[in-house]
Amino acid sequence: MAQSPAPITVVSAAGRRALPVTLVNGQEYVALDDVAAFLPLAVREDRQGGLVITVRGRSIVASRDRALVSVDGRVVALPGPLTRAGNRWLAPVDFVPRALGPVAEQRVEYRRGSRLLVLGMARVPRVTTRVEAAGAGARVTVEITPPAGVMTVSESDRVVIRIEADALDVAPVSGTAPAVAQVRADQAILTVTLAPAGGEAKVTATTQDTAARVVIDIAPPGQAPEVSTATPSPSPSPSPSPSPPPPPLAVATPGVRTVVIDAGHGGDDAGVKGPGGTLEKQMTLDLAKRLKSLLEARLGVHVVLTRDDDRAVTLDERTATANNAKGHVFVSLHMNGAPSPALTGPAVFFMRLDREGEDTRREAGAQAQALPVLGGGTRVIETIRWDLAQARHIDESRRLAALLAGALEGREGSAPAPVQPAPLRVLAGLDMPAVLFEMGYLTNPAQEKAAATDNARAALVQAVYEAVNRFATEPAPPPPPPARPPAPPARGRR
Amino acid sequence: MRRTALFGLAGFTALALLGWGVNVGLQYLGRTASPDVPVAPAPPPAPTARITATLFYGAPDGMSLAPVRVDVPLAEGPVAQGRQILRALLQPPPAPYLAVIPPGTTLRALYFTTSGDAFVDLSAEVSAKHPGGTHAELLTVYAVVNAMTTNLQGVQRVQLLIDGREADSVAGHVDVRRPLERDPSLVRQEPAPAVQ
Repeated sequence: MAQSPAPITVVSAAGRRALPVTLVNGQEYVALDDVAAFLPLAVREDRQGGLVITVRGRSIVASRDRALVSVDGRVVALPGPLTRAGNRWLAPVDFVPRALGPVAEQRVEYRRGSRLLVLGMARVPRVTTRVEAAGAGARVTVEITPPAGVMTVSESDRVVIRIEADALDVAPVSGTAPAVAQVRADQAILTVTLAPAGGEAKVTATTQDTAARVVIDIAPPGQAPEVSTATPSPSPSPSPSPSPPPPPLAVATPGVRTVVIDAGHGGDDAGVKGPGGTLEKQMTLDLAKRLKSLLEARLGVHVVLTRDDDRAVTLDERTATANNAKGHVFVSLHMNGAPSPALTGPAVFFMRLDREGEDTRREAGAQAQALPVLGGGTRVIETIRWDLAQARHIDESRRLAALLAGALEGREGSAPAPVQPAPLRVLAGLDMPAVLFEMGYLTNPAQEKAAATDNARAALVQAVYEAVNRFATEPAPPPPPPARPPAPPARGRR
Repeated sequence: MRRTALFGLAGFTALALLGWGVNVGLQYLGRTASPDVPVAPAPPPAPTARITATLFYGAPDGMSLAPVRVDVPLAEGPVAQGRQILRALLQPPPAPYLAVIPPGTTLRALYFTTSGDAFVDLSAEVSAKHPGGTHAELLTVYAVVNAMTTNLQGVQRVQLLIDGREADSVAGHVDVRRPLERDPSLVRQEPAPAVQ
């Protein structure tokens, strides 16, 4: 009699899906019609009771009751024969990587320990975690193989490690320590929870050719953690100052559920080129991806990127992506340029309206129309020119810009960031609060060099996170009282 | 008959001798007299009338636009005068000011409307050779906008065209789809020095 063990998770670049598993004679089997949902195949029974499975024009021939199949003329052994259950054909799980893999023209890899079936270019690094007691504290070492980008966030009682991957192949945690309560993996996030009053955690992340490593040193309360010396920071900065502790995890962002991050430039448009060869388009893309990881991990918001690779995207396409996603906040990331290499520091811009825009803004509310809707009743529709949609969000955009400038103050290497209104093309048509963040001058050699470090990039991303968090959670100041219309000029007789 | 032929021959010979003598004499006069004859100098070009215009270059620190008074040729009418001002603006700036318009940029055309809008059509270099960055692009755009609105009475707004076409932006940031008004916030607030 068939039982139902835990399903296998199929991971591909398109996402994940569950693949149900059935036990047959103690072996795990999957239904071929379930497999056909992600690996296109056709199944045909022949007159001798055998089975012909065709994948991309290539055939796999199986005979009933034999634990063997012929794959393009090569015999492949299986743990059990293919079998029929009702009107479905079942095959041992190993049939998928061993028989379908060679003819599928893509990677088909089964990770038995983690019950993951990895397809194509999906990134599923192996993650091993070792916990060791160190005096009254502990050290947790996480190794990611092959190396992947990591984003770590330290909170009062836990360390969240977001790994740039489609899924994690997590090995069982080895070792224990009283200071560590739990190590838990969820999709691409590894969370190390400290025991109550477990102490303070210091996180060091390094990347080598074969693996990325995160070391968490936990010290008892009141005692500074001893940072691992075996994993020096890759930052070339001579004395990197630690980032300020992040604020507590915000769980409620009622007004902000979708954040749109716009990585400036891309493709043929490299943006500013630094004297050392750094390209603006590469920096903005890297920071956009970091920001997406951080915002999704800490705020639980949905983050949409206007581009996630090195391709050209028009300004209208960026606006359309944001408006179609019904974003609640838009942040465009850029690196600045100046005619003098001496200029340095970040700057935050929001949209400035000209006379036409101000007229549009005033008229937006006045032109609201109550239109009948299906099922009765009416709905008030505000009409506004599509290319000036930003007009009605100017005040909120200014508030977001000020919060971002405030979050940048006092950060390492940051001069006070000016907040400037400007007629910026990418902001004009956005129907949401929006800012353009110039993160620093790439034309300044020192700033170009500093911007290449993980510390500097983490500080920039942290500042945007704090600004979005405060924007979402702090109430907006009350709007100023409406200006009284000017008295009509006295009319006299000519 | 014989006498008539003799007279004819003598006359022809006398005329030939006279012609030769005149030719030799003229050659002699021409060879000896020219160094001593004062040649009237060419009339000097009429002095070009000039006006003083305020142009906007990158300030030495790169942070803002610096207003600089520059002499430019006087021209007939606002369109011709606008061309002179823009041509001067597109030249490399005098020291210590910084160029904010990419070198090689030229003026293709200039149009005015009756409503106070000027359309400045610049060559493709303004975009293709632009170094990028919001700050640098703001300086580029408003160097042109401020120069036109400051010096030409009646010009309220300026729209940039690039290579004869409307454009989204010069370098991916500043919206130039519509005419722009003067932006004094980008200008360093101090008296404009004069440059000859």
